Amino acid sequence: MSETLLHVQDLTFTWPGDDKPVLVLPELKLDCGEKLFLFGPSGSGKSTLLALIGGLIRPGQGSIRFKDTDLGRLSGPGRDRFRAEHLGVIFQQFNLLPWLDVRANVALPCRFSRARARRAGPVQAAAERLLQGMDLDRSLWSRRADELSVGQQQRVAAARALIGQPALVLADEPTSALDSDRRSQFLDLLFGQAEAAGSSLLFVSHDRELASRFDRQLDLAEINQGGVVA
Amino acid sequence: MNLLRLAWGSLLNRRFAVILTICTIALSIGLLVLVEQMRAEVRQGFYRSVSGTDLIVGARTAPVQLLLYSVFGIGDATNNISFQTYQELSELREVAWAVPMALGDSHRGFRVVGTSAAFFEHFQYGNRQPLRVADGQVFADLFEVVVGHQVARQLGYSVGDQIVLAHGTGRVSLQQHDDHPFTISGILAPTATPVDQQLFVSLAAHQAIHIGWETGMQRPGAAIDPDQARARAETLRPQSITSVLLGLTSRAAVFGLQRRVNDYRAEALTAVMPGITLQELWRITGLAEQILRVVAGLVVLAGLLGMLTVLLTTLNERRREMAILRANGARPVQIAGLLVFEAGLIAAAGIAVGLLLALGVQFLAAPWLLANFGVHVGVSLPALAVWQVLGGIWLAGIVVALVPALLAYRRTLADGMQIRT
Repeated sequence: MSETLLHVQDLTFTWPGDDKPVLVLPELKLDCGEKLFLFGPSGSGKSTLLALIGGLIRPGQGSIRFKDTDLGRLSGPGRDRFRAEHLGVIFQQFNLLPWLDVRANVALPCRFSRARARRAGPVQAAAERLLQGMDLDRSLWSRRADELSVGQQQRVAAARALIGQPALVLADEPTSALDSDRRSQFLDLLFGQAEAAGSSLLFVSHDRELASRFDRQLDLAEINQGGVVA
Repeated sequence: MNLLRLAWGSLLNRRFAVILTICTIALSIGLLVLVEQMRAEVRQGFYRSVSGTDLIVGARTAPVQLLLYSVFGIGDATNNISFQTYQELSELREVAWAVPMALGDSHRGFRVVGTSAAFFEHFQYGNRQPLRVADGQVFADLFEVVVGHQVARQLGYSVGDQIVLAHGTGRVSLQQHDDHPFTISGILAPTATPVDQQLFVSLAAHQAIHIGWETGMQRPGAAIDPDQARARAETLRPQSITSVLLGLTSRAAVFGLQRRVNDYRAEALTAVMPGITLQELWRITGLAEQILRVVAGLVVLAGLLGMLTVLLTTLNERRREMAILRANGARPVQIAGLLVFEAGLIAAAGIAVGLLLALGVQFLAAPWLLANFGVHVGVSLPALAVWQVLGGIWLAGIVVALVPALLAYRRTLADGMQIRT
């Protein structure tokens, strides 16, 4: 049995101005190296959960623990530093800074965290290794990010999320802009590189077809007891 | 630092908007600096033209007017003073030297001054420098002329050339004194004063070419030929001249003499102290200068508001950029800092370009001002006060940027990790 990486307990969160909590989560656990599929239709509170785990907002009640670190006890800048150091993020779309080239986009998290840059080793080489791992042709590496196709951009985003071996990669519907062949190919590559980096994966999607490929799946609508807004 | 390179990349990505913003600020700064520089330089230019003269005496008129037409060739005299008055003035005990000036003729747009050899001996400009003949010598023969530096340069004259003077001071003159051509005997060294734009003949020559012109037109057959004139040179003197420049033996005597001249019995005269009269001129132009300053200040304000507008509108486009930076570990403070840094850079670039613009215009306008107003405008670095104002504007630019920075700060906090488009 492997070690628990993320442990969410009795988490409640209410957006300022709302009278009902959007999220009431008794428990969510994620092991080191585990790939968890979280089924989250829109309005299930997934954006809020990701923002909480990402440390962008502070939990109202309850705790979010990464091993020994309680996110709720960290200050704002402390959570920012934690995110820079230990998390990788892939969005649904528009992941890249358009004016940077592909390599520089991958290296971006290393600009915000020295610890992460240290883990990555020589940053250029690490970025290139990941780009190769995500099956991106060498000729694309020095292109501007906005010259790439959506599928290519998503693979660059995955490489960026994984640079410097973060403990956890948060993926927010990263495949929804891709067709089904590409989707499956993307998952193959992402899994391969996440395993190589030793990162856990929290993958949020409304596409249940993908679920079977993960170690475990959860339905956020089921585990969230908060008032769900349609 | 890493972040600054990110800011730089982002700026480059939006270079057209950024360059336009810089241009807006540069134009406003250029205007502001130009107004200040011109003000200072024009004043300096006027002062250096009269530095050695204690009093200027002319017919009763407004002091500013007398100064402008007798030294700077701006406007014309309405009245003359008699030659006798000039002689009486030059014999006064307090008077060290007296230089007569008889105006009214021109040569291809440049003024011709009838004067005496005392002019070359006593006239001083700038930091009390005397005039110097760069080439040739002061007029000796009746029909010789000394020309200023710019006159010779622009018309391509050298010593020995023959020229014809024209009656009146228009640039295009139909009435030429072509029966009395003059030979250039000397060319003056540059002075950066109206002297450069003038030609100098003796009072006798001034009189000789005007024999028969008493009505303002040439009476046919009344003119005398050059050799006749030379024979009479000793006795040729005008009835009247335009003004007299006086140098006194002691500066303390200036006020007393000025009062006495103003109360002169035989003729209605005005005596002015150049420095004080210039002060009076500045009082007149001061209001216009203030208005220009206010306008320039408002234009700078408009430039800064333009920058604010650009920053605020790009803020929406850059929401995605900020969410990406934030998701990758940027702190809200860093994102706000990026905006402030950007504004600081834009403002600094605008100020630098504006300064260059102002100095460039000054450089290009200098010859024109010298030719048309006899005012020398040097290209100099702005005074300390101007630098302080520019520094203040730069800080104001940064303060202005705090508005979008604060908005970005709050928005990055509220957006969480979502990419909003």
